[in-house]
Amino acid sequence: MTTLPTSTQKKLGLVIDLDTCVGCHACVISCKGWNTENYGAALSDTDAYGANPSGTFLNRVHSYEVQPAQGEAQLIHFPKSCLHCEDAPCVTVCPTGASYKRVEDGIVLVNESDCIGCGLCAWACPYGAREMDAVEKVMKKCTLCVDRIYNENLPEEDREPACVRTCPSGARHFGDFADPDSNVSKLSAERGGMNLMPEQGTKPVNKYLPPRPKDTLAVPEGDIDILAPYLEPVAQEAKGFLGWLDKTLEKI
Amino acid sequence: MHPAPSVIFFTVFSGVGFGLLTFLGLGYPGVTGFTAFAFFFIAYLAAVGGLISSTFHLGHPERALKAFTQWRSSWLSREGWCAVIALLTMALYGAGLVFFDQRWELLGLIGAAFSVLTVFTTSMIYTQLKTIPRWNSPLTPVMFLSYSLAAGALLSGQEPWAIILLLIASATQISLWMQGDGAFARSGTTLATATGLGPRGDVRAFEPPHTGTNYLLKEFAFTVGRKHSQKVRIISIVLMAGIPILFLLPPFSHFLAALAVASHVAGALASRWLFFAEAEHVVGLYYGKR
Repeated sequence: MTTLPTSTQKKLGLVIDLDTCVGCHACVISCKGWNTENYGAALSDTDAYGANPSGTFLNRVHSYEVQPAQGEAQLIHFPKSCLHCEDAPCVTVCPTGASYKRVEDGIVLVNESDCIGCGLCAWACPYGAREMDAVEKVMKKCTLCVDRIYNENLPEEDREPACVRTCPSGARHFGDFADPDSNVSKLSAERGGMNLMPEQGTKPVNKYLPPRPKDTLAVPEGDIDILAPYLEPVAQEAKGFLGWLDKTLEKI
Repeated sequence: MHPAPSVIFFTVFSGVGFGLLTFLGLGYPGVTGFTAFAFFFIAYLAAVGGLISSTFHLGHPERALKAFTQWRSSWLSREGWCAVIALLTMALYGAGLVFFDQRWELLGLIGAAFSVLTVFTTSMIYTQLKTIPRWNSPLTPVMFLSYSLAAGALLSGQEPWAIILLLIASATQISLWMQGDGAFARSGTTLATATGLGPRGDVRAFEPPHTGTNYLLKEFAFTVGRKHSQKVRIISIVLMAGIPILFLLPPFSHFLAALAVASHVAGALASRWLFFAEAEHVVGLYYGKR
């Protein structure tokens, strides 16, 4: 049924720390790798070595520039994947029941053998978390690595989503938001975890930690560097032919 | 939004077909025998042709029957049910008119009601999407219904009704355009809320996740349509309502009526193309696009 469960026993999801993400895209690659080799249809690439390469990804890293009213602009890397919303609009629009939210852990999944590839769930998602695979013609989305987190064939430290496992800067955390004492609940509470597009009413489970304010450089009076005087421009007013050319071009 | 031809044809022609079925179900025109057959043939050609066209945009049309299962929550599923009920009821009703010279009134009324409901459910597929503020308006179903009923009146030869309904369709369409132009801004969704970084300063998309394109950009960030939006609006209103009304004013002739229908359908196709082409999905914000 594509009606949403009124509540789920667990609320599994991610905390993504925008302060520590370095924008290396390792999570993108490990996600693509794991999800191409495991659960469901492979994530295809089309024209991979041609002029117009394109492919299906369940996780993408954007970069944004934030210019505060005062001070330096800041560059923020922004990984984005399915937020496993509590009020997931992608689930209720599905005509076939292929999209569903699990009662036991709140993961939003697609049953690919029921998906007719109408694309309506991708239209309903404000986050761009769903992509129609160009080759398989079914909707692909983050499974929260449902085939890793409960997989007893894997060593215990690997039983978390591939993106979390691979992140070299520790910017991604996996856990249960229904448990107030879980790592993710505590992190989110401490650091002011935020919802993306709260006005869309989706109640995302995944939380984003805002970047901490940057250190302010202690700039001494006057020069910003002791070598600055040696870097003064040496070019003088142009003379001769170049001088004439400069003046003439100026007049045109 | 990417204006997929299959969906444009589907919404326009199923609207025309079910509009005509609505009028036939209500007993306008009160025809029987071969004339009734001709009317029903045109209605089914448009309605079924439109529905078949809609399956062309499916990745797996062979699984389309599964779409009948989720009527409790999904407007797309409800549309499937309404369409099938309307087509089956109207087939029985039509058989009565064509082969038995009988008008089974109740059947016609039920068929007409489900024909209207089919168009309404189609429109709700678009109206329900908060992600596309231009469509997320009560005027969207009014627009779809007024187009469908106007086409129905036009095809069933109900001239006074056709003129009134064409005027209503134009008025609704123009209000929807005007309201839609500010809808994205009024929705309150911006790059600031999309990233949650708004309180820190002005947010600007610095670098996309990849150099190439992707499904999201192809499907949601279609910008060609908006450039000529005003011209397409004028062309579509003139073709959809202006010319048909002019052709309906002189005494009835089949030739002028056919021209009126052709012009109306061309205008409806142009307006529906624009409906998709100028609709902006909030996901474009993440890419610094609209």
